[in-house]
Parts: sequence; structure tokens; C-alpha cells
Amino acid sequence: MLQGWIQIAITITLFVAISPLFGGYMARVFQGQRTLLDPVLNPLEGVIFTLSGVRDRPEMNGWQYTRAVLYSNIAACILVGLILFNQALLPFNPTHLNSSAATWDTILHTLVSFVTNTDQQHYSGESTYTYFSQFAGLGLMFFISCATGIAVAIAFIRGLTGRPLGNFYVDLTQAITRILLPMSLVGGVVMLAAGMPETLAGPVVVPTLENPHISQAIALGPVAHFEIIKELGQNGGGFFGVNSAHPFENPNGFTNLLEIVSMVSISAGLIHTYGAMANNPKQAWYIFNMVLIIYIAFVVVAGINEYNGIPGINQLLGSSQPNLEGKEVRFGWAQSALFLTTTTGTMCGAANSAHDSVMPGSLFIALFNMFLQILWGGEGTGTAYLFAYVILAVFATGLMVGRTPEFLGRKIEQREVVLASLLLLLVHPIVILIPGAITLSFPEVAANVTVPGFYNGIFNPGFHGLSEVIYEYTSAAANNGSGLAGLGNSEPAPSALWWNLSCCVVLAIGRYVPIMALLLLADGMSRKQSVPMTSGTLRTDTKLFAGVAAGVILIVGALTFFPVLALGPVAEAFAVL
Amino acid sequence: MSNSSPSRPLHVPQGPRESRRHTPKTNFKGIYRRALGQSFVKLDPRITVRNPVMFVVWVGTIVTFLVTVNPNLFGDIQADPTEQRVLNGSITVILFFTLLFANFAEAVAEGRGKAQADSLRATRSDTIAHKVLADGTIEEVNSTQLRRGDQVQVLAGSMIPADGEVIQGIGSVDESAITGESAPVLKQPGTDIASSVTGGTKLLSDELLIRVTSDPGQGFIDRMIALVEGAKRTKTPNEIALTVLLAVLTQVFLIVVATVPAIAQFIANFISTLFSQAAANNLQAGASVAVMISLLVALIPTTIGGLLSAIGIAGMDRVAQFNVIATSGRAVEACGDVNTMILDKTGTITFGNRLADEFIPVTDVSSQTLAQVCWLASVFDDTPEGRSIRALAEKLGGAVDLDLATAEGIEFSARTRMSGTNLANGQEIRKGSVEAIKGFVRSRGGQVPDQIDPAYERVSRLGGTPLAVCRDKDIYGIIYLKDIVKPGLRERFDQLRRMGIRTIMLTGDNRITASVIAQEAGVDDFIAEATPEDKISVIRSEQSQGKLVAMTGDGTNDAPALAQANVGVAMNSGTQAAKEAANMVDLDSDPTKLIDLVAIGKQLLITRGALTTFSIANDVAKYFAIIPTIFAAAGIGALNIMGLKSAESAIIAALIYNALVIPALIPLALRGVQFRPVSANQLLQRNILIYGVGGVVAPFIAIKAIDLILPFS
Amino acid sequence: MQITREIGWAIRSTLVLWVITALIYPLVMVGIGQVAFPYQANGSLLKNAQGQVVGSALIGQPFTSDRYFNSRPSAVSYSTADPAHDTAGVLQTGESGSSNLAPSNPALKQRIQASVKQLQQAGVQPTADLVYSSASGLDPHITPAAAQAQVARVAKARGLDPQAVAGLIDQNLDRRWLGLFGEPGVNVLKLNLALDALPHP
Repeated sequence: MLQGWIQIAITITLFVAISPLFGGYMARVFQGQRTLLDPVLNPLEGVIFTLSGVRDRPEMNGWQYTRAVLYSNIAACILVGLILFNQALLPFNPTHLNSSAATWDTILHTLVSFVTNTDQQHYSGESTYTYFSQFAGLGLMFFISCATGIAVAIAFIRGLTGRPLGNFYVDLTQAITRILLPMSLVGGVVMLAAGMPETLAGPVVVPTLENPHISQAIALGPVAHFEIIKELGQNGGGFFGVNSAHPFENPNGFTNLLEIVSMVSISAGLIHTYGAMANNPKQAWYIFNMVLIIYIAFVVVAGINEYNGIPGINQLLGSSQPNLEGKEVRFGWAQSALFLTTTTGTMCGAANSAHDSVMPGSLFIALFNMFLQILWGGEGTGTAYLFAYVILAVFATGLMVGRTPEFLGRKIEQREVVLASLLLLLVHPIVILIPGAITLSFPEVAANVTVPGFYNGIFNPGFHGLSEVIYEYTSAAANNGSGLAGLGNSEPAPSALWWNLSCCVVLAIGRYVPIMALLLLADGMSRKQSVPMTSGTLRTDTKLFAGVAAGVILIVGALTFFPVLALGPVAEAFAVL
Repeated sequence: MSNSSPSRPLHVPQGPRESRRHTPKTNFKGIYRRALGQSFVKLDPRITVRNPVMFVVWVGTIVTFLVTVNPNLFGDIQADPTEQRVLNGSITVILFFTLLFANFAEAVAEGRGKAQADSLRATRSDTIAHKVLADGTIEEVNSTQLRRGDQVQVLAGSMIPADGEVIQGIGSVDESAITGESAPVLKQPGTDIASSVTGGTKLLSDELLIRVTSDPGQGFIDRMIALVEGAKRTKTPNEIALTVLLAVLTQVFLIVVATVPAIAQFIANFISTLFSQAAANNLQAGASVAVMISLLVALIPTTIGGLLSAIGIAGMDRVAQFNVIATSGRAVEACGDVNTMILDKTGTITFGNRLADEFIPVTDVSSQTLAQVCWLASVFDDTPEGRSIRALAEKLGGAVDLDLATAEGIEFSARTRMSGTNLANGQEIRKGSVEAIKGFVRSRGGQVPDQIDPAYERVSRLGGTPLAVCRDKDIYGIIYLKDIVKPGLRERFDQLRRMGIRTIMLTGDNRITASVIAQEAGVDDFIAEATPEDKISVIRSEQSQGKLVAMTGDGTNDAPALAQANVGVAMNSGTQAAKEAANMVDLDSDPTKLIDLVAIGKQLLITRGALTTFSIANDVAKYFAIIPTIFAAAGIGALNIMGLKSAESAIIAALIYNALVIPALIPLALRGVQFRPVSANQLLQRNILIYGVGGVVAPFIAIKAIDLILPFS
Repeated sequence: MQITREIGWAIRSTLVLWVITALIYPLVMVGIGQVAFPYQANGSLLKNAQGQVVGSALIGQPFTSDRYFNSRPSAVSYSTADPAHDTAGVLQTGESGSSNLAPSNPALKQRIQASVKQLQQAGVQPTADLVYSSASGLDPHITPAAAQAQVARVAKARGLDPQAVAGLIDQNLDRRWLGLFGEPGVNVLKLNLALDALPHP
């Protein structure tokens, strides 16, 4: 057991050490300071900006930035949509998928899911999309969606610190050329060396050793390059159905470490980017540490739950053993629990274990992570959410110091409260609880597997079934993308159409309404006059305030979802005792 | 301002501040009785709908009433209908009381304002005014018929019919009706300050001719009444933002609660196959409409929702109790946000009347000659300084037999910075700032004696104001005007500094004097030799850095600065123009009160924030009371950490707590959370502990206690 | 027009970024993989003495008989099918998957009850990894304890010296990276290949 905790501790230490470097680098990039790659990238970006038509880098206000996000994301959807719908006609289809491999609703869901950086997959990669669809279609989404998130975060930070928001296309391009692409190139080669395939050849079929009459199909593909941007961009959409549990997507302890570190580094780093851009690294560290402490607490809860295993099964085994259902031997309880907490906390959504089979306590953590969206949070959006929470905490508690609450010297007034509370309080209940309640009220719509005596459509019975439904919408709303895979959400299940369409709505609202709110919030803040700090000002760069913010975050998160958590994972936890 | 600013009849009240509070002589029993009635009147949905949080409770009460009549109105509930009726009925009653309590809180706050308004209104009874017509004849008209620009004659013993300006006559006026200060005030024309009179005050002696400056219903008292009554109360920016947050939270909980029945139904279907039909029925009953409404009401921020308007009204009321009239709640809130305070030295930091302490003659001049010159220079100067100079001169044998009619008084002006007397024999006697007198003497071909500068510096170092006196081209000496810094100011400025407020002292004195006084009083900064224009430019430069500036003023030339400042407090003794430009008027004309106003503004914001935090923190315990007990059939009974007896008992206990906490907090809402002049961090730490952590813990204890008392099994 | 200009930016930048990130980047990486790391890039395939591919070092295979070290339960039978009756097209694309059974699902307990019984009948002390199904359905490993528990059964079925069989376990053990990260696992396919390569007594 101790060894497991040591692995976890070292992994966390590693990314805590790396994130300031990442953050500092990103701050340099987006403040236009000199970086190492300038000699190569300046001319390249010059060409890209010229071709894109933004050579003169026109400044954008909140609405313009929002429109740019939408237009560029829609353009990507159209381009990738053309590829996915016509994949049977396009090259690089060694598995000979025909046009019926992906239905229209699956493709629609895939498009919305990938462009929103969610990568919720209502399909299995091997049997649904061709190699070309994956690398040339979804591959574009990987870069565009997370670069969009980074751009929004940077614009948000610029706004908070009183600067103009910048130009979306410039930020989008630089997020790709200076952050994602160089890191992917290096990381991809490392992934290759560590054992991941990278080929355009089709599956290898071999007779099995034990029974030569039975053959095994070893699915292959251009995995390594896909894998690294999947993690780095917190996309999480696996090349194969089982995602990072697949031995080709995550062959060993080293790749697992690299995947965890790469999925968390940019989000954690962006907090330091804020620190550098706001010229207040101390505050960034306090907020970073606040997130870190909650994150560690969550990892510990998940770890203990998985380590202790299922009481009923332990009885059968005659000893206490970790819950290894849906886990790989090479990861064990520790790396699975760490991965679970990190992937649901960062909105990556990759999975190296079957989330449907984790302990109720871990499921609680996974859900809670996605409700909060800030335990490192989504690429870019997580950091922005974090500061929106800080703004909300400033407003909720700041009055108690006897001044109109202000953040970074800018007053938090009606407009800010409307936007921050819409973003943090209202979107989630609307897109999680309402569709969840509808689905639970008409379970036959979501019908999939018939288990006698239990509700249809939802694979696991009772409390866990409730969790499956809530998890699905939460994952979509939070743009996480992981799922409890038992749910009958992929074609040809009769319920797939419902899940595909309802999730499309949730995904889009869960992504673009908050982005719009964030940008407008930042835009408004940037136009406010800043008030100098005095001893009468509520300081947000103190331990005390970080603690207060943590309290607000946890209470606000818990209040909205107390009933579903109580009847879902909590009730299940009591049931398996 | 200048070194010998125009006189003002400043009553600087002595004694502890509290003793000066102007508490309306009102019958508190009456307030409560009237508030009780108002709580029912406010049940009118057209009134309730203005408060989204309480409106939800209002609708909830109606619905629970309906399900009391027919428990199966919204679908069959597999439970004993009588038990259901009892439960639903109890819920209805408690919700009803929750509404009443919230209304009562608002009504009490309004009642206190009204009481004050009434005592003011009593002074405003219509009087017969003697209107002076254009041809000089006098017509008796009702005071309500007076228009701006009319001239009225007021005789001793009668009420001044409207706000106005004295244009002729001298008389003493009893202003106790509005200021509570019983000493009569002298009013006379021309003197800028003392010329303004307020309608409803009483002329005690002599006769005044007054030009009316306001139309009926818009006079000073009318506006005051409207404000303290809360009739014109508009929500302040902070209040609006908070209302938005509360409305969003209410919507969130509406969605949360609305989706619970579907979830419970799903789980109930599962449980019916796993455990028993009875358990499933139990679970469904736990999600009945009445229970869901109870959960909703328990979760939405009713505590702050019910007290929010009371806090705002009470804040205005507290300002009024300090004998300050604020023109808007916004102004009171702005007090809390003030970063910089601009204070006049004279009257605010030092006692207004500087007294002549010593005459310092130049060589060759006998002290008696100097005393005579000083006496002559001040013979027309009726300011306290002038009087004190005369007094000192007379003591030193400097009184001169002079026919005042033959001489001419030279008024002080900010431009010349000197005043004096022109005698019939052509002698020009002047006193004023040393620089001004030097200039005067040189212009007449005189020399400035060497001893002047050392004397000037000596006085300045002592923190006194040096005035030079001259006759024609000869300077005779220096008058040492002693400035006395008000006691206790240093501590107050220290407090302000801890609260993050910078104090800037403005004075017409020279740099040395100013720095001495500034140091003695403990202000952060000072501006010496300041002109009225400097005041505005200081305000502008502070504001350009994003700071909020507060200042006090009285003279007409303060009006632009008062308007420019974020918080401008005019002295009631000041001119009408100053009062119009300011957003607060201090009836006591006590400039140091600005400091108290800041504390009141902060207190108002803190009270709002504290009760919001408390209200939201309460939800944790309410969740832990209700959810585990109503869904105990799902096996989550272990979450009932309070060990409440049953679902019924838990719901009722949580709701009773929820209702009672409103009246329990009314005193706090009216009085305001205690404010201490410490740094923001210390305040946050303290208040988070009390209202945040306390808000989480308190309801656990209270709900458990109520549960123990309740007769449910 | 402002709107056409804004839409123009969107289309143009999307196309440019598509060429860079979705065409050039993956094809360059395939090139690097094929040239620099051909073994890994093509699936870490294992070949027998005759040069025929027998499987992948990273992908498990189903083993249920007493003669072999058994692999973990798989929800997708390790992506295998009878080539003659592959109606689901498993061999066309390959597949992966897990059971998705929740800890509270009675079906999980029933399945494990059966597995435990089966293992106990074969004289194998059940370990968690042998009764719980894997996440990918392709897990190449079992824990060293699970391998040790099967030594006696395999040795008996093959008539081999248990010591010799046990010796193979260590040779086919994939250790933690740097001795720190991940869990040690015995590669079942490699172990069983080595088992087959042992000289018969």
C-alpha cells in the first residue's frame, strides 16, 4: 500500500514542480516576449497569420472574441464533419469501414463532443472511425478545441488584469504553434519509444497460442501522436474504445506517468501564467496550493476506496484486496485512482480504468470533480472558472470587510455577479439535473440492456444507474468526456439516438455559455478603473482568502448536487458495505 | 481655504458622541404594533413579488395549503392521509410565519424611519406667510403657495415658512426641530453661511426678510422626510448585485428540488424490487410536493432575503440617528468604500476658533503700539479670531477710541488674503498672511523688517498661524494665532489608516504651520496654502487613481468640490448651494462626523455580507437534516448525523429554525454587525469565523434542539 | 462587411491549422515511427522461431486451460473470434472493452462467485486480478502472486518441475518503471510462450 502512495506522491510532486515552468513559458508566449523557438516560429506564424488574414492582429472586444470562438469552432465542425460523413470514400481506411459504421447522430455527437474539448465518445474507436477520420478529422479537433480553451483563458486573464483581450486567431495559432505542437512532437516521439504504435497499416490477425482455431485481431493505427495531444490538450478521446486502459494507448508505468503529467501540466501551469501576467506570483501560489490540497484530498479518498476493495467480494476472496474490476494489472489501484481523480478533475476524460466499475467513493470524487471543474479544470477554462469562483467568493464574503467587493482592484458589481453566478451556479443544474430527470422519468427511452427486475436502458441497477445518467450529463456539461461505459449510448443501441442528441445540447451549452460569460466578464473587468489596494481592501493573495475561496467552492459545489450525490454514490456506498 | 476663513457659528458639540445622538422621541411599542399590521399588509402578492426569494416562499405556502386540504392533489401518496394532512398543515403554518417574520423585519425598519419622518413632519405644518409683493405691500398667503424667488417677511416668534436666504435683518433662529440642538443660531444676510434658513424652524427675535429658494414640497425638510421614510428608497448597486446572487441561488435550488421527485421515483422503483414496496412508498412520500417545498424553502436564502431590505432601511436610519441626512442609500454605501478623506484643518482638525495668543512686535515698536494697530486692524472683524485679537489687544491696553462710522472695514477675500480697516485719516491698516502683508507694504514703498521672518517661523513651528499687521508701509509685528487640535483625533486617524483610508488635511496656512498641525493631528498628508480650486484638483487627482473621496464643506465655494467628491457632506450651517451639491447634510455641522459615517457605511455592507454568508452556510445543516431522513429508505439513514427522530420531525425542525432565525436576527439587521476599525483581513477572519463557520455549526445545534422538543415520534 | 470578414478568418485559419496539425504532424510522426522505432510503431509484435507473428508483447491473449498460466477475465475475449464465424466483425477491426459492472451490481458478485469456485477447484488461491475482469479486455499481465498461485497447476498439467516453471515467472516479469511507477505484472503471453519452449522432460 505504501508503495502506491509513494508513486502518487512522486507523480504529484513532479507536476507541481513542472507547472511553474509551463506557466512562465505560456505567460511569455502570450505577452509576446522572446522565447527559445522564436527563430523558427516567427516566420512560420507570419505565414499562418497572412494566410488566415489576421496579420495586423486586430484587437477584439468580448463579443467579437466570443463570435470568433464560435465561428472558428463551427468552421472546424464543418470541415471535420465532411471528413467523418465521407470517411468510406476517403483514403487510410485499412479496416474497411463502410458508410454505416458511423450513423449521423453518432457523427453529430462526435463533432460537438470533440469541438467542445469534451471527447465524450458514444462509439468505439476501432470499429467506428477510419484512421483518416481519426488523425485528420478528430486530430484537428484535438488541437483546435484545447487551443480555444487556452485562448479563452489568456483573454480572461488579460481582461482581469486590465488589458485588452487580444485577437482570438492569434492566440489560437500561438497556443498551437508554441505550446501544443512542439510539446506533442517531443512527447509523441517519447510515447513512440515507450511502445505505442504509429502506423497506417491495418490490424494484425494472429491465431491464438492456446487455441489456433481462434484468432486474435490486434488493432493498430497512428496512436502515439494521437495519444500525446489527447492528454496534453485534455481531450481524452481515445483512439481505441477503452482509451488509456488499452495497452497500446498506455503500455506501461512510464507512459501512464507521462499521460498524467501531460494532462495536468497546462491547466496547473495556467495558474502560474495568471501569476506572471497579473504580476502576483504569490497569489497564484496560494490559489495553486488551495487547488492542490483539495486535489490531494480527493486522490486520497479515491485511493483508499479502491485499495479497500468491495467488501462483498473480499469475503469471497477471503482477504481484503483492491477493487481490480475494470483495472489493468500494470496500473493497479494507485495509478488507477490517481488517473481517475486527475482525468475527472482536469476535464481530460481519458481513462485508464473502467469508471463504471470503480468504488462508489471514487465515483463520488469523480462526479464532484466534474461539478466543480476547477481541480486543475479544463484546458484554459478550468483556470478561468477558478478565477470566476474567486470572484464569486470575493463577492460572497468580501462585503464582510465593509467595502464593495473588488478583485485586482476592480469592483465586482451587478454585471460581474450575473455573469459569474450564471457561469458557476446556473449552467450546471440546468444542463445536468434537468436532462437527467427527464431521462430518469422516461427510462424506456434510454433502453439498452434488459436486466430483469431493474430499469431498462441503464446498465447497472438502482443507485449506480442514477449515477450513470448523472455522470453522462455531468461529463458532457463539464466537457470532461469520460463516461460510465455501461450506459447504452452508442449505436446500435435503441437509446443511442436519445443520448447522442441530448448530450449534444448539453455539450454545447456547457461549453459556449460559460465561454461567453467568461469573455464578457473579462471584457467588463478590463474596462473598469482599478482602485489601489489599501489595508481596507480584501486581499485575495492570502492564505486566509484561499481558505475562504476553498470553502465557497466546496459548499457551492455540494449544495447543488447534494440530493443526487446522496441517492447516487452515497447510497451505493452504503449498499456495498 | 484661507487663513482667516469667514466666520461660521460652529457648534462643536462636546462630550461623547453617543450622547449627541438624535433619537426621535417615538413610541417603540407603537412601531411594533404598526409593523405587526404591516406584516399582513405586505402579504399582498404585488408587494411580495418584488422580493424573489420571499415570493417563492409565498407561492410555496399556497401550494402546501392546497395539499393540506387534499394530500393527493398532485398524485397519490402511499401514506396515511391524516398524517400527511398534519405534516402538510404544519409546513403551511410555518411557511406562513416565515413570510410574516420577513415582512415584520422590513416593517420595523420602515417604522423607525417613519417615526423619525413623523417627528419632522410635525414641524412642517402649514403656516401663514407674509409674502412681500413687488410693490412692497404684504399679502398673507399659505406657506404652500410660496414659490422659488418669492420674498417673505418673518416676524419674531413665527415659523419660517420655507427654505430661503436672509436678505435683510438679523435674527436668532431656533433650529432644534431639525438639528436637536437647542441653542439658537444667528442669521443675517450676506454672510454666505449664516444667511440660509430652513423652513419649519422658528425665528425667536427680530425680523427677517427672506428670499424663498425652494418650491413647495421640495424643501429641505420635505426631502428629508421622503428619505428617512424610505419612500424614495432605490436599491444600491451592492444591493442589486446581491439580489441577483440570491435570485440565481433561488433558481438553482428550484431546479435542484424540482428534479428530486424524478430521481426519487427512479430509486423507488429500484427499491421496490430490492427491498419492499413499503420502502418504495416511503421514499416516494419523502419526495411529496409538500416535502419538496419544505426542502426548497429551507435551501433558498430566506434569511438574507427576508432581512435584506430591513438592513438597507436600517442603515439609512442609523445615519439619521447620527443627525445626518443622506440623499441616497448609495451615498451611505459609498462611505464604506472611501479611500481618501479630505478634511479642512479649521473646524475639523482644529477647533474652528483660533485665538490670538501673543503679539510679537518688530524692533522699535512698543507692545502697546502693536496692540493698538492690531485692535484697529480687527475692529470690523467679527470672526472668532478677530474678536480674540481685539480681546488680547484690549488686555494689553490697545483699545482705541474710534468712531466706527468714520472708518471703513476691508473684508477678507481669498484673493488678497488680508483684511483690515481704512481710517478716516487715510491710514490703511491691514492684517493677513505674512506674504500678503509683505506685498502690501512693498507696494506702498515700505521695507520688510528683518525680524519678521524669524517671528513668522517661530509661530509656524509652534503650529500657530502667524498674521502680520501693518499700517500703511510699515509692518508692526506678528500676531500668533494659536490653533488647538481637537483631542482624540490622532486615534481616529490611526483607525482610519488601519481601515485603509488616507486622510489629507487642507489648510490655507503656510507649509510649516500645516506640517506641524498635520503631525500633531496625525493625518497622512496635507496641502498647505490651499485655495478652493486646490480642493477640486486634489479630489480629481485622487479619483483619477480610482479612489473614492469624501469631504466636508460649507461655503458656497465648496459646492463644486462637494459635487465632485464621491461623498460630500455639507454642514447644515452651510449655504444652500453647498447643501444642494452634497449628498449628505450634517445637521450638527460637525465635520468630524465624516469618520463616523465611514463606519456606518462599512457596517451596512458588513451586515449584508455577514447575513448572506450565514444564510448560505446554513444550507449545509438543513440538507443534512432533511435529505437523509426523507430518503432513509434508500439506506442513507447513516447520514442523519444529527440523529433526528423522523422525516416529519426533521422537516418541521429545519423549517422552524428557518423561520425563527429571521426574527432572531432582526436586532442584528437593525443595529448592524459590530464594526471594528481593523484591517480588512482581520475583519474577514473574524466575520468568516462568526458568520461562515458559525453559520455552518449553529443550525446543526438549533435543529437538533428543536427536534428534541417537537412532539413527533 | 464585418461578419464576412470574421467568417473569412474562421475558415482560413481552420484550413491552415488543419494542414499543419491534422496532416503534416501525423504523417511526420508516422515517418519518424517507421524509421526510428519500427518495432514499437508496428505494435511490438512477437514472432516465433519461424518468423510468424504470434501476438503482441503488449496485448494479452485468452488462456483458460490448466496447461497454461491463465490470463485475466476479459469482457471481449481479448479481441478474439473464430474466423469462420466472425459475424460481429471482431477480426475486421479488433475490439476492446470492460464489463462495466458496478461494485453494487449483483451480477458482479455472481460472476466472481463462479470464478472463485472454479479457481478453488483447480487448486488456485484466487487473487483479485484473476477474478476481476480487466479494463481493456486486453490486459497482458497478471500479478506475480496470481502467477505463483498457478505454478503448481501448470507444472502438474505439463508434468514439469514446479521450480523450472516458477523460474519463468521472473524472466517474464514487467517491473515498475524505475522501480517506482505502475505495478509489476507477469506478461502471460510471453510466459506461456516460454513455457511452450521449455524442453519436455
